[in-house]
Amino acid sequence: MLPEPDADWPRARSAVLRDAIAIGAATGAYALSFGAVATATGLSVLQTCVLSLVMFTGASQYALVGVLGAGGGGLTAAATAVLLGSRNALYGLRLSSLLQLRGLHRPLAAHLVIDESTAMSLGHESDRANRLGFWATGASVYVLWNVGTLIGALGTQALPSPRAVGLDAAAPAAFLALLAPRVRGRAAVTVAVAAALVATACVPLLPVGGPVLVVAMLAIVIGAARRTSSEVR
Amino acid sequence: MWAAVLLGSAGCYLLKLAGLSVPRRILASPRVRRVAEILPIALLSALIALQTLSTGMRLGVDARAAGVAAALLAVLARAPFLVVVGVAVLTTALIRLAH
Repeated sequence: MLPEPDADWPRARSAVLRDAIAIGAATGAYALSFGAVATATGLSVLQTCVLSLVMFTGASQYALVGVLGAGGGGLTAAATAVLLGSRNALYGLRLSSLLQLRGLHRPLAAHLVIDESTAMSLGHESDRANRLGFWATGASVYVLWNVGTLIGALGTQALPSPRAVGLDAAAPAAFLALLAPRVRGRAAVTVAVAAALVATACVPLLPVGGPVLVVAMLAIVIGAARRTSSEVR
Repeated sequence: MWAAVLLGSAGCYLLKLAGLSVPRRILASPRVRRVAEILPIALLSALIALQTLSTGMRLGVDARAAGVAAALLAVLARAPFLVVVGVAVLTTALIRLAH
């Protein structure tokens, strides 16, 4: 029984690598819009590229740029990005037993923990293929995400006025596309609708960036409290 | 802006590293898991509302709202990411052009 998975390995490996490149190309394409939105918001090309190189988690990058673009402070923007990145910690938890990291591999792997690489570390026939799925997808997305960001950032510099070409609608549309696959079931819909209402209601009352933090606090308190009531059962 | 870029990046990286390093039982607590599940949904939804309807501390409906509404239709039609963003940008631009 043992040699069998290995006999299939070349085929499994090329399938994983093919998927990794396809996912990298797709995310690279939306890095174009990130690069464009970020520079349209007023970040320099260098700042935009540093975000993709160092932060490297799409939703957080969009959030940071979105809060800054709306006139929010740097601390609020950073806090929003970090809160949105909290799911990566959970992904890491799931990944650590699969990847069996030692030494310098751990900080390196941590950098590649994102939605796409985590998704590709699940569901293959062997752990070996799952591990390859993680590393190959992480690497492929990293390279193409950064190439896409640079091209998008340079592209907008050639534009006359980002607002005139509608680029201020790009970030909320991108969030919508990121949100859609997460909203499954009544509870998730309720969370999404309530968050939008609370945030909107807070706009005239709080400085820019405040509404997002109010929503985050509420989500944390309600999320933690809800669990206590269902633990009783 | 550099402060936001660097602080945010450092925070996001530390969260990733924490997930790979922290003992399983802390992050595996159902409470933490539940928060991590609803936080992105709440934040994304709040950001969509804010960036569509607010300018500074003022609320209002402008060309962006039409663009995001068009994006919603694209999402419901299961359009790929770039198409969703493209539809929003194009709709917003066309409405501004018409005015």
